Amino acid sequence: MTNQPVYSLGIDVGSTTVKTVVLDEHDAILFHRYQRHLSRVRETVAEQLVELQTRFGDAVFSVCITGSAGLGLAQSADISFVQEVHAAFLAVKHDYPDADAVIELGGEDAKIMFLTGGTEQRMNGSCAGGTGAFVDQMASLLGVTADELDALSLKAEKRYPIASRCGVFAKSDIQPLLNQGARKEDIAASIFQAVVDQTVSGLAQGRTIEGKVLFLGGPLSFLQGLRQAFVRTLALDAENAVFPEKAPVFVAYGCAMYAKQSGQNMTLAETLKKIQNAVSATAAVTSEPLFASRADYEEFVARHKQHDLPFGDIRTVTGNAYLGIDAGSTTTKMVLISEDGRLLYSHYAANLGQPLDRVVKHLKTIYERKHPDLHICASAVTGYGEDLIRAGLGIDYGIVETVAHFKAASYFCPDVDFIMDIGGQDIKCFKIRNHSIDSIMLNEACSSGCGSFIQSFAQALGYEIGAFSQLGLFAKHPVDLGSRCTVFMNSSVKQAQKEGATVEDISAGLSASIIKNAVYKVIRAKSVDELGKNIVVQGGTFLNDAVLRSFEMELGRPVIRPAVSGLMGAFGAALYAKEHIPAQSTLISAEKLADFSNTSTGAKCNGCTAHCALNIVKFSDGSRYISGNRCEKGAGQKSANSIPSLYDYKYQSILQCVPKAPAAPIGTVGLPLALSFYEQMPFWAKLFTELGFRVVISGESDRNMYYRGQHTIPSDTVCYPAKLAHGHIEDLLDQNVDFVFWPCMSYNVDEGSNDNHYNCPVVAYYPELLRANNARLTPKNFITPYMDLNYPKGVAKALKRSLKGYALKANLNLALNAAYATQKQYQEAVVAQGQEIIRQARAEGRKIIVLAGRPYHIDKEINHGIHKLITGLGMAVVTEDAVAPLATVDEKLGVLNQWTYHARMYRAAHYVAAQPDIQLVQLVSFGCGIDAVTSDEIRSILERKGKLYTQLKIDEINNLGAARIRLRSLVAAMEE
Amino acid sequence: MSARFTPEMKQTHTILVPDMLPVHFQLLISILKKYGYHCELLRTASRAVVDEGLKNVHNDTCYPALLVIGQFMEALKSGRYHPDRTALLITQTGGGCRASNYIHLLRKALEQQFPQVPVISLNFSGLEKDPKSGFQLTAPIFLKFLYAVLYGDLLMSVSNQCRPYELEKGRTDKLLDRWQHRLETAFQTGEYLKTKKLYRAILDDFAKIERAKRNKIRVGIVGEIYVKYSPLANNHLEDFLLSEGCEPVIPSLLEFVMYCAVSTNVDGKLYGYHNKKTIINGIGYKAIYAMQKQQIKAVREHGVFDPPHDFEELRRLADRYISQGVSMGEGWLITAEMAALAESGTENIICTQPFGCLPNHIVAKGMMRVIKNAYPNANITAIDYDPGATKVNQENRVKLMLANARKPESFRL
Repeated sequence: MTNQPVYSLGIDVGSTTVKTVVLDEHDAILFHRYQRHLSRVRETVAEQLVELQTRFGDAVFSVCITGSAGLGLAQSADISFVQEVHAAFLAVKHDYPDADAVIELGGEDAKIMFLTGGTEQRMNGSCAGGTGAFVDQMASLLGVTADELDALSLKAEKRYPIASRCGVFAKSDIQPLLNQGARKEDIAASIFQAVVDQTVSGLAQGRTIEGKVLFLGGPLSFLQGLRQAFVRTLALDAENAVFPEKAPVFVAYGCAMYAKQSGQNMTLAETLKKIQNAVSATAAVTSEPLFASRADYEEFVARHKQHDLPFGDIRTVTGNAYLGIDAGSTTTKMVLISEDGRLLYSHYAANLGQPLDRVVKHLKTIYERKHPDLHICASAVTGYGEDLIRAGLGIDYGIVETVAHFKAASYFCPDVDFIMDIGGQDIKCFKIRNHSIDSIMLNEACSSGCGSFIQSFAQALGYEIGAFSQLGLFAKHPVDLGSRCTVFMNSSVKQAQKEGATVEDISAGLSASIIKNAVYKVIRAKSVDELGKNIVVQGGTFLNDAVLRSFEMELGRPVIRPAVSGLMGAFGAALYAKEHIPAQSTLISAEKLADFSNTSTGAKCNGCTAHCALNIVKFSDGSRYISGNRCEKGAGQKSANSIPSLYDYKYQSILQCVPKAPAAPIGTVGLPLALSFYEQMPFWAKLFTELGFRVVISGESDRNMYYRGQHTIPSDTVCYPAKLAHGHIEDLLDQNVDFVFWPCMSYNVDEGSNDNHYNCPVVAYYPELLRANNARLTPKNFITPYMDLNYPKGVAKALKRSLKGYALKANLNLALNAAYATQKQYQEAVVAQGQEIIRQARAEGRKIIVLAGRPYHIDKEINHGIHKLITGLGMAVVTEDAVAPLATVDEKLGVLNQWTYHARMYRAAHYVAAQPDIQLVQLVSFGCGIDAVTSDEIRSILERKGKLYTQLKIDEINNLGAARIRLRSLVAAMEE
Repeated sequence: MSARFTPEMKQTHTILVPDMLPVHFQLLISILKKYGYHCELLRTASRAVVDEGLKNVHNDTCYPALLVIGQFMEALKSGRYHPDRTALLITQTGGGCRASNYIHLLRKALEQQFPQVPVISLNFSGLEKDPKSGFQLTAPIFLKFLYAVLYGDLLMSVSNQCRPYELEKGRTDKLLDRWQHRLETAFQTGEYLKTKKLYRAILDDFAKIERAKRNKIRVGIVGEIYVKYSPLANNHLEDFLLSEGCEPVIPSLLEFVMYCAVSTNVDGKLYGYHNKKTIINGIGYKAIYAMQKQQIKAVREHGVFDPPHDFEELRRLADRYISQGVSMGEGWLITAEMAALAESGTENIICTQPFGCLPNHIVAKGMMRVIKNAYPNANITAIDYDPGATKVNQENRVKLMLANARKPESFRL
């Protein structure tokens, strides 16, 4: 060809940036540019093309586009496209032919390529953090830039476990740390470690990352701390950890190489024209505008003005005053009210990770400004930072958020029957029945509908939050963005932009999605009538008129938003203080406050094997506040009259159920302390001992146990109990057992009165997955026969077949009989012990909680010590299997009752429904699809009998904040 | 208690049926028509379907439940069907997977808004037996259903093999449409029993479509049954593959039917029990297998199109990686289908599932490593579907897989 272009141009349009690279005929880079596009995709590409024009004039280029946001652009502009991983691959092959693996982190994508030993490439799943956007989000949570975060991380002393699977999870790990005063340096390093963990577990999924590893993408080029975390975790030396200089534009570089072979030949002017003329192929789904006209908006504003608090001047008002503080997750709210309910002082601002300092500062201001004859006679605090602030400043009362919000809402609307509070990071909804809190709905696990969510988006799009929300009010075609977690939302926004939605439309769409998330995901209302007649909305997010309007539109009728919407928690706390005036307030005096200071340090608790990571805040008066502890031991107090928990009993029984090994064992069998073994361990331990084996069980679960098996987990969305099993297998293999035994069982034991008695698919077949993904397992050292314990004959046959290499010392049938008897004994003992705990609790006048989960929920790494949290609140804990056999079930279930473990929970619910002093709390592991069926049914069994339903969702995160709110609200409701 | 479908309702009610496989399900309802049931396939695919699903089902429930129930609720609310004269039909497999509970979730959703609407369970495992119900799955209906699946599979398979190559655009679908009607008539007249003749006629007709050389990249689609087949659930994955210049290869529905039929028998052997159920299922399985063999033979003898996977062969393939005891959801069948596709030269495979699908942790994502070990060129990608996942994200993943597929051997990732 005669007019073969000399230059090739690669354009990489990512989720947050545009990168261009120009190559000459020898593949040398003549030009490269890396630029954030702030969602102005086409404009940014055009800008860069114009810049190129000034340099290259009308030379012919071969052009190609790549990148996650590039696909749509390439299609509509009719320019050739190459998939971005493939582009990176070409560049790697060219520049680093000896690389073994490539890790590339982008704005919203994370990718890994294995180049040797079975080539393979993977992208992050649709539920995934661990990307640049995640780092940005976390940085803004700490109130720093990504670069500052990086600088902080380099000065870390320790790292905390932080979940990185999704931003919301990580936030709920980080927020308590911040509120408890952990060092920002340590948190910064922990954030980077979380990204690494996510890459290793979520992406590598069962493959070891080793050899020469190439690191690509923006975050890995700019963030030293992140680089170090990767190098350290993967144990790479300097030679094998390669950070190419052109890493930020590496994909564009590969794209330019691809262009050379298969790009389109054209001048820059032609390219520019194509880009500028690109029209979107499909239109985004849009909905109605929020307001048809200005007049509508004004009517709306006037209507909400009605619910206002009168103001009073703090300098002139005298008499009694009451202080309320809401130390929320991202913001701190304070109010001071007078005897007649006037607002004397208020404060609402982001706490920038320093809730205590904020409160101190504003309390000082109050002391300075107030009239000498104004006396603060009571104070109360609520929110995440409650304990810390109460301890530091001598606040009189600490109350749970739900109670505070209810108090405040009733002030504006005495007949309120539904409250919805959307704060920085939480959605809290509760129904009010008979003037008490009836049911609570919180956002947990993955969710998007919070204030900080819209804020992150505003920032990402380059706007200030206030201005951004205003934009949405008069959007003509708000985009329908669905209602899922932030990561999903990012790509929905991306798609909408691609399809030509304006920032106004997106702003309005985001407001609507917050509401949809709350209504469909948190409340799950079927009809408007269900929410009640008098709805009060509050929380900082509802100060946003677009969000408020979206809610009214979704409901189809008006709601009440007090003007102090953002201060309701603090206002409620102040009202509570006003109703409970102590003889002498313990609130820190102005004099003492002047000298107040605090420092925080980390420590590990050695009170028990849980080894909680403690955070110790020392105050200037010498007192200290300890957090991070799950039980009272860590707080440095002696456990007063320990309250019994059947969780402890069951856990210890399982740990100690292995009989003494026979004198001359015929072999060593390893039994994993995981999934079904948390119930059937006595059976198998007895059986194998009888048969002449030495029985070894794997060590107790902890975070490290999870990390040990992390590299063999193929599905990152499976439940945490299953993920832990991988570590237990490694542990047993490391103990050099002859074989690990783990039967596959479609069916569990038939306990009667159910439609069927299955195990869930994960419990039933997990050994199959382990075998396929752990290269250390062989048919010889991993024995996994299929059996059904309801058919002893079949069990005997299956065992005989699978143990035929061993000269069994006992008759199989006799050994099985002994094993069945042992199992029966154990389960009867659990029931008996449960009754004893209930008896004892009743004698002591304690409330009792049935903490209903599955057998493996007794694992302390799975339950995170929730049972201790309950006993810490003064209630006794029993388990579902202890009460299920005692239930009388007199009604038909509304579901197909076909899983043994879950059938117990239904029965336990029936049992609880008949007991005046017992309540049920359901433990749900994130990712347990079956609980989507069971939880609604259990709720309806309980609610039919006027009982409260409380659900606690747990995952690998060990933040108990949400669990605390629920449990304390439950206590408050029980006391009503 | 939810409403029952009384015998009188056969005269008065329209039975709505969710659409999973357009060809097959159209045949099924035409069979039901002969027995006096007036059925209608729901083809709605608007955003309202998803919204109704989100409103009426626990959002952590799998996507198929959400879509199917959403489709029903949307239909009932739309005014197109009078709630007093409408019934709903939903399939129920009865395994240890959540899917067996869809019907209950549907009833819960109806409870408050449409308590009068009866729900019929279509299942072959004896669930919800009710002699008073006006809907009885009798042996003749069941047998006809089997034939419908066989014919549906053949039509789906040959049209998938023609559509990417047809020279005259739309030719394949026109022919498919004609056969659809012809078979509906065949089920009314009894001609459907003449399988040999009809198979031959179908094969001949499709072979006559003028086609380009068969050289496109073949992409197999396996996975959870509803997401795998339903365009509503998988965002029109087949169309997307066609637009990308690929030939979609979709395993037949009969495989799933046989997988269900054989599982009781397999369990009996594994767990050591024999009873009436295992014996009947054993005989039933053998009969269906004979029917499959006959179809495979017809396709093979005709010599133009690829026949479906032989089910016994699938079982043998499964045994290399996973036990046939894994019988929840689509169980071992997904593993076997991936292996069979790779074995028969379709090395590019998309494994579809609803987000958080429990069995697929094991049988799909859990088995990819061993499949890839056995077939180093296998290019498998798992895609999760749920109401929040965007098409762009899913398509980007497919594109990645295709970029890999398109490269010559030396360039492969």
